Amino acid sequence: MTVAVVPMVRIQAADFDVAAEIALLTQGRVDVGAVVTFTGLCRDEAGSLAALELEHYPGMAEAEITRIANEAIERWPLAGITAIHRFGRIKPGENIVLVVAGSKHRQAAFEAASFLMDYLKSRAPFWKKEHRIDGSEGGWVDAKESDEAAAARWAKS
Amino acid sequence: MTKLIYFAWVRERIGKAEEDVELPADVKTVRELLLWLKSRGEEFESALQHPEVIRVAINQEHVDHRELIGGAREIALFPPMTGG
Repeated sequence: MTVAVVPMVRIQAADFDVAAEIALLTQGRVDVGAVVTFTGLCRDEAGSLAALELEHYPGMAEAEITRIANEAIERWPLAGITAIHRFGRIKPGENIVLVVAGSKHRQAAFEAASFLMDYLKSRAPFWKKEHRIDGSEGGWVDAKESDEAAAARWAKS
Repeated sequence: MTKLIYFAWVRERIGKAEEDVELPADVKTVRELLLWLKSRGEEFESALQHPEVIRVAINQEHVDHRELIGGAREIALFPPMTGG
């Protein structure tokens, strides 16, 4: 008997606890042999970033990530998949996004997590604005072509 | 009435987050909507200077610029996304 896998998608201002999210996905079951997690953090390479401000499209952000997660469920034999994306002001070193993919075997878990992140980058309605340490606005972060290319590699032929 | 919603620098340049508009009858596709909006004043001209880069969602789903608007309740305009 197979039970339909329902993705867990949350859009929130608060931080998340990676260990707690893994536990939530695996609790009460013994058929999960692999869990892959990806955590995306706010990074500052130049030493000038005070914070990123993440704007999102409420409603569509949840809907779009759920659509992507359901596509992952169709493509790989997953036991569960979780995606959490934060919004609001996030400082360097803090968490932005979490993906947890659980499966019987590692390959599906690795691939599903990678797929979800690649699609999320180019399709989930979030925008980052930089705030600098000197108080000035650093402007909106530009979308990268490499992110589009990363998503395109999953296209079915 | 159709609700238009703007995000990120599209919102900043237009100067508002959303508005309800009565779309002219000859605005049938997303591309026509962008061109019509662009003619609504300086702030729209600045936000939609390069309409081809603007991403559009109808009723919270991505669409391309050839899409028919039909009876859309909610149309969102925004720059390429930078989440994750």
